[in-house]
Amino acid sequence: MTAPRTLLDKLWSAHEIGRRDDGTSLLWVDRHLVHEGSHHAFSKLAARGVPVAEPGLTFAVVDHYAPTRGRDRIADPQIKYMVETLRKNAHKHSLRLFDLKDPGQGIVHVIGPEQGLTLPGLLVNCGDSHTSTHGAFGALAFGIGATEVAHVLATQTIWQKKPAAMRIRIDGQLGPGVTAKDIALNWIARLGADGAQGHALEYAGSTVRALSMEGRMTLCNLSIEGGARFGLVAPDETTFAYVEGRPYAPAGPDWKAALNHWAELTTDETATFDKDVLLNAEDIAPTVTWGTSPEQAIPVTAAIPDPNQLANGKAQGARDALDYMRLSAGRPIEGTPVDQVFIGSCTNGRIEDLRHAAAVLSGRKAKVSGLVSPGSALVKAQAEEEGLDRIFVDAGLEWAAAGCSMCVGMNGDLVAPGKRCASSTNRNFRGRQGPGALTHLMSPAMVAAAAVTGTITDVRPLLEGRTA
Amino acid sequence: MSGWSQHQGHAIALPIHNVDTDQLIPSRFMSTPRSEGYGRFLLHDLRRDADGDTHPDFPLNRHAHASVLVTGRNFGSGSSREAAVYALVDAGVRAVFAPSFGDIFAGNAINNGLLPARISEEDMSLLFQALAGAALAAEVCLENSHIQIGDLRIGFDLDPGWRTKLINGWDDIDLTLAHRADIERHKEDLIRRAPWVRPALITKSS
Repeated sequence: MTAPRTLLDKLWSAHEIGRRDDGTSLLWVDRHLVHEGSHHAFSKLAARGVPVAEPGLTFAVVDHYAPTRGRDRIADPQIKYMVETLRKNAHKHSLRLFDLKDPGQGIVHVIGPEQGLTLPGLLVNCGDSHTSTHGAFGALAFGIGATEVAHVLATQTIWQKKPAAMRIRIDGQLGPGVTAKDIALNWIARLGADGAQGHALEYAGSTVRALSMEGRMTLCNLSIEGGARFGLVAPDETTFAYVEGRPYAPAGPDWKAALNHWAELTTDETATFDKDVLLNAEDIAPTVTWGTSPEQAIPVTAAIPDPNQLANGKAQGARDALDYMRLSAGRPIEGTPVDQVFIGSCTNGRIEDLRHAAAVLSGRKAKVSGLVSPGSALVKAQAEEEGLDRIFVDAGLEWAAAGCSMCVGMNGDLVAPGKRCASSTNRNFRGRQGPGALTHLMSPAMVAAAAVTGTITDVRPLLEGRTA
Repeated sequence: MSGWSQHQGHAIALPIHNVDTDQLIPSRFMSTPRSEGYGRFLLHDLRRDADGDTHPDFPLNRHAHASVLVTGRNFGSGSSREAAVYALVDAGVRAVFAPSFGDIFAGNAINNGLLPARISEEDMSLLFQALAGAALAAEVCLENSHIQIGDLRIGFDLDPGWRTKLINGWDDIDLTLAHRADIERHKEDLIRRAPWVRPALITKSS
């Protein structure tokens, strides 16, 4: 009889080719996703004169620099250069490229699952920290730096020390207008932006089981904002139903064989974790950030904290954040005027996110300007089929093409200095959305509420009598 | 990458927690080829005001020659951009001392010969006090895991595998190619055992 194992244990041992004396494992990589930002890694490969070891397992997509408007002619030479460089590298190494006009184009962490490239039990790497997203399928997925990207390209393997195992169990039913985004901001506020550092974080409990794949992806995506390089949810019927029939997913006899294998991808009942945290879904309110770290988050009904009353070591950071964000301690966060809104990103750019936002905006007008950038061309097409684009446009928001867009500002979609943006993205770091930009993170529904009132607003009253 | 085991330079304090990778290098600089150098981008927007003028009091502006940074918790949190490490290395930084680091950042640091040295919160405070606003001569010893500044000697934590790699200046790709037979065996076993792991549609997709 073998010792009880966590999902992490099972995934790790299935990919371990070998282990050094110092405990570092050599792991097989099942899928490698690259984007324009991978240019450093391709340069390293060229400098060595080595080919891509497994072009069939390597997929390229234009997302970080993808223009969301005016795609036919890229005016900015720097952006054009980045896109062209990826095209050249993809062509040179015979990689499947999801280019700007590909019907499958989109943000790498949206299209991986959408195309069926992301599957339970796989090891997925990408030179992007939000690769933790793919863990929502019970995959071992983690972001890597350029040297590691070059290593995966050259060898289809990666050296990695096994992280410690952590579990967050969330039980109970989420209230109306409360989403996976709120769960994530809630635990990060509680445990800190480094609360899960060094750990692979498995999400469990009845609340997680009840989440759609979109919600689970949002939760796993934000793991890195709490310090965890890996997020994990054990696959179940919800997972299998999402994966079945996707273009790159197994079919026929392979599908049945895969299902048998995937059924074993759970944490054994008596397995233990290095860190175990319990949350109650009923305690979670719509949550919004007030500062410049994702841990600086509070329920929308709360007051902006007084730095003097924060735990030792957090006071100065809070003072600096309030200064940067031009906010005063002690005032309610609700009612803070915003200049613009953004809905999109690998965190909250999926169809369910757009439905949530549209449920709030339907029949209403936005008081501020805003941009809606779906996570992929397929999400865009689906939203247009459902008429969601009309709701956004009628409300006065701009409906654009898919990409990382205003989450990271590399494609030129920026928040101007000193402007305040209600944003469905993942990082409220200083200058993340542009130099001097003031970012408040929240769920897509909360962003929609901010658009309707022009201020940070509790979405719940706006949802009364509507189905979100 | 060349290895190192001792470093003599100047240490300064950057007493801020959560210095994220977007601070270390704002994303708008990241399309620059590495050959042009990334040092000038290091902490670009924290070092300058909105007009681009440098803040005279910012530690790195006062002591541009510093090669050892002592800083707060969760240094290098955020994105996987290795450019954050390039900015530090190209500015001449060889070691960062902090109570904790972003996991991806720390791995990237090791891959570029930069030491992410973990110290306790108490030792961080001691070093902040010792350095105050000054740049002081410092010696970092990888073999014995300590930093010496005047009479003050502080130990640090580093994964033993990472220490060996820093000292030897190992290149992972060379190391891995020595395991080629094991990798091939794993791959063949996988194809036999779980053929569904290969992406379907692969033949139609080129």
